[in-house]
Amino acid sequence: MNDSDGGLAVQAVGLVKRYGKVTALDGFDLEVTRGSVHGLLGPNGAGKTTAVKILTTLIQADAGTATVAGADLRRDTQEVRRRIGLAGQYAAVDEILTGRQNLEMFGRLFHLGSSRARARAAELLEQFALTAAADKGVKEYSGGMRRRLDLASSMILAPQLMFLDEPTTGLDPRGRGEVWEAVRALVRQGTTVLLTTQYLEEADQLADRITVIDRGRRIADGSPAELKRQIGGDQVEVTVLERTDVAAAEAACAAVSELTPLVDPDRRRVIVPVEQQLDALAEVARRLQAAGVEVEDVGLRRPTLDEVFLRLTGHPAEDETPAQDEPQPEGVAR
Amino acid sequence: MTTDLRPQQRSSAYWAVVDSWTMVRRGLLYYVRQPTTILWQLGFPIVSVLLFVYVFGSAMNIGDGADYTSFAMPGMFAMTMAFGFMNTAYAVVLDKEKGVTDRFRSMPMAPSAVVSGRGFGDVLGAAVDLLVLAMIALVIGWRSDGTLLETLYAFFLLLWLRFALIWIGIWMGLGVKNTEAAGNLFAVAFPFGMISSVFTPPSMMPDWLGFIAMWNPVSSTATAIRELFGNPAPVGGSWIEQHAQLMALVWPLLITAIFLPMAVRRYQRLSR
Repeated sequence: MNDSDGGLAVQAVGLVKRYGKVTALDGFDLEVTRGSVHGLLGPNGAGKTTAVKILTTLIQADAGTATVAGADLRRDTQEVRRRIGLAGQYAAVDEILTGRQNLEMFGRLFHLGSSRARARAAELLEQFALTAAADKGVKEYSGGMRRRLDLASSMILAPQLMFLDEPTTGLDPRGRGEVWEAVRALVRQGTTVLLTTQYLEEADQLADRITVIDRGRRIADGSPAELKRQIGGDQVEVTVLERTDVAAAEAACAAVSELTPLVDPDRRRVIVPVEQQLDALAEVARRLQAAGVEVEDVGLRRPTLDEVFLRLTGHPAEDETPAQDEPQPEGVAR
Repeated sequence: MTTDLRPQQRSSAYWAVVDSWTMVRRGLLYYVRQPTTILWQLGFPIVSVLLFVYVFGSAMNIGDGADYTSFAMPGMFAMTMAFGFMNTAYAVVLDKEKGVTDRFRSMPMAPSAVVSGRGFGDVLGAAVDLLVLAMIALVIGWRSDGTLLETLYAFFLLLWLRFALIWIGIWMGLGVKNTEAAGNLFAVAFPFGMISSVFTPPSMMPDWLGFIAMWNPVSSTATAIRELFGNPAPVGGSWIEQHAQLMALVWPLLITAIFLPMAVRRYQRLSR
């Protein structure tokens, strides 16, 4: 590690990307520690893929700077390309060629020369358990084998930093397990992995640290445990009888948590994550009683995945007003 | 890990050539892995040969009692070249759709090689196509009465046309959304190939259509190679028909001059 980048494999500051009137990235910041698996999590259209495409040199940002694997993204593009690997939904292998022919071709294009490209292809086929299928056309591969070949193709130069863009989307559980195992093997060799995913479980399984992105901005950043404590713990859920009492219920819930309650007026429901479940529940009940609110239901519940996203993104998928009071565990630029 | 993974250090000009060759090699491997590709590509020209020579052939009178097979065969060669841009467009859109293009673009290879490799690879593929077509033509009675040099020059003119159309193919391939949309390019290819002197002399068409056919670049190439092969080449008195040899060189040059920069520009715009 050198001092200039403080041990960061990726340092992106204020990335902006616009497509006409649509702002895909709106001042996105990201720090990825060397040797870690970093999950980039967010709903569809949040800007995950745009961020990956910029950091892997496929598209140019309109504004912002980034250092990727120690090289400046804008000035030293070819050097970035030598140091990174990209696999996932947007970087594929040739389906007509065999696995071996694919790897040898990519080896040549990474400028290893033909004999070393051949040797490297054989090594990677072995490493990713593809030797038996090496001389079959990729068309005949299963989904999991294809993704593994995809990973192998990105590993030709044993890059220090791998971008995995939704590596298991569309795979069955077995294929998903195979890809996860391959990713873990990379990490054991010291590769830094930046992983985008829509699946909380995948980030949970693989990532040391997670950045949540929404509407082109970083809205949360932390270890899975930290994020879960914030979003995934028990929550108090109150449903009131009269719609006019929703505000009172909101106040009661707000009093027991550091986080802002989620309010759903149509269902006359207020939800808030809490830490001391029983104390919080008792306190909410006491306050509702004191305010004379008639209650349909009060209880403790585990949040659903939807609520996790809702909690972190601060709005339902179609809502147009971003929440201004979201928890920001680390120095997140606004 | 045993292999030394340090990339070779050479000039960018060296890599532009070597990477381009690697991409050409990829195209050649397709022929090895899927030899039937050639038949699919030649399916339409071959069926057209059978249709025009054997089904319509006896009813075809191109004047002066000239042999229709000898007239139609060079036309077929030219039409195959004309339709070739669809193969290019299809390959380009397939790579784009599958994400192969993005993999190449994320690699430290010479950026020009993706486009140039496609270009040279497709010309090589077209040469293979022509070889197969020429053999079929020989079997059904076509002959070149030109000298060896004239015959080779005629084939060069055909590949020259195909080379020019590569850039249209890349430009269109990068422009369409997916492979299904690429199939619709047939609506462009069909009139481009057919409204020409490929199957009938433009002088026998209605005036306005004949005019379009005469000025179709495919016609210039078809007429030029008929002359070189010593095959019947009935032409009218218009300037464009009288200067087929010249125009068979100029048209492709003009197309390249316009569409090569446009194709490169569209490729570069992928990073927008």
